Amino acid sequence: MVAFDEMLPAEAGLRKPYEAYDGWLKNQDPARLTEKMRDAERVFRKTGITFAVYGERDASERLIPFDIVPRIIAGNEWRRLTQGIEQRVQALNAFLDDIYHRQEILRAGRVPRELIATNEAFLPEMIGVKPPAGVYTHIIGVDIVRISENEFYVLEDNARTPSGVSYMLENRETMLQLFPELFQRIKVQPVENYPQLLRQSLSAVRPSNVSGVPTIAVLTPGSFNSAYFEHAFLADQMGVQLVEGQDLRVVDGHVAMRTTEGYKQIDVLYRRVDDAFLDPLTFRPDSALGVPGIMDVYRAGNITIANAPGTGIADDKAIYSYMPEIIEFYTGRKPILGNIPTWRCSEPDSLKYVQEHLAELVVKEVHGSGGYGMLVGPAATKKEREEFSKKLAARPSNYIAQPTLSLSTCPILTAKGLAPRHVDLRPFVLVSDRIQIVPGGLTRVALKEGSLVVNSSQGGGTKDTWVLDD
Amino acid sequence: MRLKVTHRTEYNYDQPVRYGLQRLRLWPASGPAQTMLTWTLRIEGAREEVRFLDQFGNDTRLLSVDGDPHTISILAEGEVETNDVSGVSGLHRGFAPLWLFQHETPLTAPGPAIRDLVAGVGEGDEVGRLHSLMALIAERIVYEPGTTDTRTTAEQALVKGAGVCQDHAHVFAAGARLLGFPARYVSGYLMMNDRVEQVATHAWAEANVAGLGWVGFDAANCISPDERYVRVAVGRDYREAMPISGILIGRAEEQLAVHITVEQ
Repeated sequence: MVAFDEMLPAEAGLRKPYEAYDGWLKNQDPARLTEKMRDAERVFRKTGITFAVYGERDASERLIPFDIVPRIIAGNEWRRLTQGIEQRVQALNAFLDDIYHRQEILRAGRVPRELIATNEAFLPEMIGVKPPAGVYTHIIGVDIVRISENEFYVLEDNARTPSGVSYMLENRETMLQLFPELFQRIKVQPVENYPQLLRQSLSAVRPSNVSGVPTIAVLTPGSFNSAYFEHAFLADQMGVQLVEGQDLRVVDGHVAMRTTEGYKQIDVLYRRVDDAFLDPLTFRPDSALGVPGIMDVYRAGNITIANAPGTGIADDKAIYSYMPEIIEFYTGRKPILGNIPTWRCSEPDSLKYVQEHLAELVVKEVHGSGGYGMLVGPAATKKEREEFSKKLAARPSNYIAQPTLSLSTCPILTAKGLAPRHVDLRPFVLVSDRIQIVPGGLTRVALKEGSLVVNSSQGGGTKDTWVLDD
Repeated sequence: MRLKVTHRTEYNYDQPVRYGLQRLRLWPASGPAQTMLTWTLRIEGAREEVRFLDQFGNDTRLLSVDGDPHTISILAEGEVETNDVSGVSGLHRGFAPLWLFQHETPLTAPGPAIRDLVAGVGEGDEVGRLHSLMALIAERIVYEPGTTDTRTTAEQALVKGAGVCQDHAHVFAAGARLLGFPARYVSGYLMMNDRVEQVATHAWAEANVAGLGWVGFDAANCISPDERYVRVAVGRDYREAMPISGILIGRAEEQLAVHITVEQ
């Protein structure tokens, strides 16, 4: 199967969104481009973007490889995508509101109750909570793949704490530094205002009893966290405090942070700490990363937590397979963006099918992320498949499986010139009293020839993503 | 019956407490089984930060220590008019779905002993089977304070064969769930007939029976709650309904004294 190349598809010739870029590229000296590649790495080292890879013997921090060839999306393609994303995000929030209130979708039998009841991401402590503006998931990163000119699919809805937006911003910053002339020739929609949009969006969902400018803070688990750079970066870019659990306590009915002038009330907390660690008085008592009592303050309506606790129930991989039903249930319309067909291994017929077709399928852990614990059937050895098959048999409900899609490719610059590599796209969505999607997002690229795994933890890189202003 | 309750909890520390939180579920609500007439909370050494209704509708308050106290005292007192509703405390209300009460919690996860116990419940109508479960638990777990603590699981208490009302309630909730009933834990007070001073707060369990609603079972006393019972909070287990839970930052050693009176 030949993958759809977004620049130069087989037979069709150069695609229109790439025409201007291609014209520029033809006049570039290959040696100069190679030099630019090295410049890019220097820029990243200087800004300090690194990430930690779990499970590697040398757990030292590493740079995510960056490719200097942009991924280009036409304005009209983007508009279609955003309609689909908006619909999806509306449905996700409606689903969360329903699940923590009347549970109409369960009563209607459209989603099986057991899927919620046995799910650790469902937090009883959220039952009856109506957050400001009715928003549960404020910041979402929807992973989208393309397989042809007109076929886009959603791979995952990252509705709890999506990361990667700092790479989107740094990638653009780097491209602007390396190729200022390109941005004069080609009109690319800006992404640089994301921190301002994020700040406005968080302000708009402040508790209803807060008048005036709310105080926002970013809660990080600390500097050992793999995304710490991003937490610090976003706090800095928004001009708000970066805090850790130990800096916070309950004061005068609010969560407050220690400052040189005493405790200062926080109205909106953009937290990058997982639910289980958020409040040792409510969830894991051994957590030193959270704020004791924050759930009490939250239920009393005195703070906004973004994203709300318990949003994980909406982006769980087992729930994902019901997204078409969920979208139709709450929006009354068919999904604009499709789901990838998914086999739920908890169902005996599906399990049987998956076991018999392991060599063709991608099998993922229901609660996993970051590409850990998954099997890419076609790329796996017979031994790997056999071992995985045993794990699958032992805990079938822990897995879902999907067909191996032929993800679209974009060219990257290699030592031998341009070469196609598979990509996906994570646009970032902000929800407050409105939905905003920054044009573009994070394009992740599998740098190994033929590889379909784009996760940075598994050897993936990133690209700047351009949405043309056409 | 008009019951007057006083419930004093005093925490004494060997050194000043720098920071700490207490979460109180000490405010009874009115319902079919009772009407709250007067109720007050008096707190020293701490102050109320927020109050809210939790996921089960319990009036909940969060306190933080005030100043650098050596003592925190919490006095809940008031009068409640109770009705004998033959243990039936009403239909299920609120957003917490009934199915939630069918799921085990860490404190009420059944093991072989509870499964074995439930296998001994005979045939019969729903309420009859639940009574039979209660009788089995009353027979198997003797009331013996000091043998278990707040972290003892239902299974452990049953294996031990001894415990307090919390353990009876946990085993009942676990057993009722195995029988297919939604079940919950109720914390509150009981006026023992022969005394004003009560040993402790009380706890029992409720099972939801279709058509009837929540029906109470006090396996510690092997009866359904009557007008001598005052209900305060509910949850799936002790942890979710506990009258006072807290978190203390610092190294102070804590000494707890509880004094409860319930009288007519």
